Amino acid sequence: MKMKLSTLAFAVGALAMSSTTFAAPPSAEMLSFACAGCHGTNGGSAGLTMPSLASQSKSSIVEAMTKFKSGERPSTIMGRLAKGYSDEQITAMAEFFAKQKLHVTNQKVDKAKVAKAAKIQEKACGRCHLEDGKDGKDDTPVMASQWLEYLQIQMSLYESGKRKMPEKMAEKVKETSKEDLDALMHFYAAQK
Amino acid sequence: MTLDRRSFLKLLAAGAAGAGAAGLPMIGHAAEIMPKKGRRVVVVGGGYGGSIAAKYIRMLDKSIEVVLIEKNKQFISCPFSNHLLAGFIKDLSTLSFSYDKLASNHGIKMVYDEVTAIDATAKTVMTKGGSIAYDRLVVSPGVDFRTEEIEGYDAKTPDIMPHAWKAGPQTILLRKQLEAMKDGGTVVLTAPLAPFRCPPGPYERAAMVAHYLKTSKPKSKLILLDANPDIVSKGPLFRKGWETHYAGIIEYRKAAKVTAVNTKAMSVMVEGIDEVKGDVINVIPAQRATALMASAGLIGEDKKWCPINATTFESTIHKNIHVIGDSCNAGAMPKSGYSANSEAKVCATNIVAAMNGKELVELSGINTCYSYLTHDEAISVAGVYTVKDGAIVGVPNSGGVSPIDYSAAKLEAPYAHSWLKNILTEMST
Repeated sequence: MKMKLSTLAFAVGALAMSSTTFAAPPSAEMLSFACAGCHGTNGGSAGLTMPSLASQSKSSIVEAMTKFKSGERPSTIMGRLAKGYSDEQITAMAEFFAKQKLHVTNQKVDKAKVAKAAKIQEKACGRCHLEDGKDGKDDTPVMASQWLEYLQIQMSLYESGKRKMPEKMAEKVKETSKEDLDALMHFYAAQK
Repeated sequence: MTLDRRSFLKLLAAGAAGAGAAGLPMIGHAAEIMPKKGRRVVVVGGGYGGSIAAKYIRMLDKSIEVVLIEKNKQFISCPFSNHLLAGFIKDLSTLSFSYDKLASNHGIKMVYDEVTAIDATAKTVMTKGGSIAYDRLVVSPGVDFRTEEIEGYDAKTPDIMPHAWKAGPQTILLRKQLEAMKDGGTVVLTAPLAPFRCPPGPYERAAMVAHYLKTSKPKSKLILLDANPDIVSKGPLFRKGWETHYAGIIEYRKAAKVTAVNTKAMSVMVEGIDEVKGDVINVIPAQRATALMASAGLIGEDKKWCPINATTFESTIHKNIHVIGDSCNAGAMPKSGYSANSEAKVCATNIVAAMNGKELVELSGINTCYSYLTHDEAISVAGVYTVKDGAIVGVPNSGGVSPIDYSAAKLEAPYAHSWLKNILTEMST
C-alpha cells in the first residue's frame, strides 16, 4: 500500500511538472556560446574593439569577470552582463575559452614599431607577459594577436586611472616612454 | 549545389509523369528533393537565428546532416540599417553577406527556396521546388505584419509608406523618400504596440532620421507616433538624446496608435480621430509570427506568437519542430538579433543532445543591443537569461541600460561596430 501511494505521488508530481523539462544546469559550452555573438565563435573576435577570449588564460578571464561584476574594472556593457553569472559559472566559461586555439588576427600593424618593440619587450613586459605575450601561465593575460584598437583602449583606461594597473605593471609603464608603449602594443598585436 | 544529379533527374521524371497523367499542376504532391539518408535537421530561415542554429548543430555533431532553406542568396542585416537613413552608410553592402563560406566551412547544405508549408505529421517541409524530409525542424522565420489592423492598408501601401522593418529595398526606398523631401517637410514615423521586432528600433530610427534632417534639411521635423504608453526600451536615454541633439526636430507623441492610413492624402489616422499629415510616412505595422507558422498550426492562444519549451525551443504544439527568433515567445528575451543568436545556440545544443540520447542542458542566454544617437554616440541594453519554473526570465540583479549621464556613449559607438562585425562574422563563416 505504501509503495502504491508513493508511486501515485510520483505520478502526480510528474504530471504537474510536464511543462518543465528536466535538464542539467548550464554547461561550460552553453554558458560560453552566448558570449560569441560579441566575442566571436569560440572567442575568436573579428571586431577591433572586442578582445578575443580564445586561448586567454583562465585566471585572467576569472579576474576580469570578477572585477567587472564588482565594478572595480570599468566597462560599458560587461559589468551589467557579469552580474548575471555565479563564480562557478565564470570559472566554467574561463576554462572553456582557455582551451580554445589562439585566434590569429593578421591585422595591419606598423612594422617599424614592431621591430623596435621586439628589442625592448623582454625587459619592459616580458617578465610577466611570457613568450611574446602568448603564454598566460603566470596569471597574466595573453596579449598575442589581440586587436590593436582593443589594446589601445585598455592602455588609455590605465592612463586615465579608470582601470587600475597591477603594481608591477605600473612601475614598468612609468619607466617606458609613450612611443615605446605604442610600439609595444603593435608588437603584441602582431604576434601569431 | 542544392540538388545532386540523381535527385534532379528524379524530380524531372516525377514532374513529367505528374503533368502527363493528370495535366494538373503538382501542388500538394511536390516531388521529394534531397531524399533523406541519415539523421537530418532542416533549418528554415537564414537570419540571425537560423544561420547560427545550422552552424552550431554542425559544430556539435558532424554526423547530423543540416539543410538550411533560405529565400534570399544575400542576407541583409536589420541592425545598423537605420544608418542608411542617417546617411552614415551609402548602401547596404556592409550589412550583407552570402552563405557560401558558412555552407562550405561547416558542410551545411543550402537550398535557396521559399517554404510554403510544414507537415508536422509527415515531418516534411514543402518548398516551391519540392518537399524535404526532416527528423527535427528549426524554424526562424522572422515576423509578418498585422496590416489588417490598419484601415486602408493594402499590398501597395509599403511602396508609398514604407515600413523599412525588413532591411533591403524598403530601407532604400525610405532613404530615397527622405532625400527627395523638401526642406521644411514633415516625416511621420509610427511605432506599433509591443511586442515587436527590435524594441529600441523605432526610437533609434527617430534619432537617425532626425540626424539627417538636422544636417541636410534643418527646417524639417519628425513626428513619432508611438502606439505604446511610453518609449518601450531605453526610454530615459532616448529622451535625453533627442533633447540634447534634436530639440525642435523630434516631436514624440505617446499612446498614439495609428488606426488608418490614406496614401492619397498622405496621412495617418491616430486612434480613429486625429489626422496627421506627412511628406514622408514610415508606417511600422504591428507584428506576429509569420503566415507559415499560422498555417502549420504553430501559433499559440494569443494568436500572435509561437509557444515553445524554454529549454529546447521545441514547439509546445508540434513535436520535433523548434521555433527560434522573433516568431517565438521567449519570455523575457526580447525580439532582437542577439536574442535569436543566443536562442539558436540553446536550441542547437539541445537538439544535438536529444538526437544522441544525452541529457538536456538548461538555457543560459544573453541579449546585447546598441542604438545610435549620433554618428559617434551609442547606448546599449544588455541582459542575461535563465529558466525559472519553465519560463525564460532575466537573472536577478543583472543586465540593464547605459548610464544616463552618457559617460559611456562615445565608447559604446565603436563597441557597437565591433558587435556588428562579430555577429555577422559568426553568421557568415
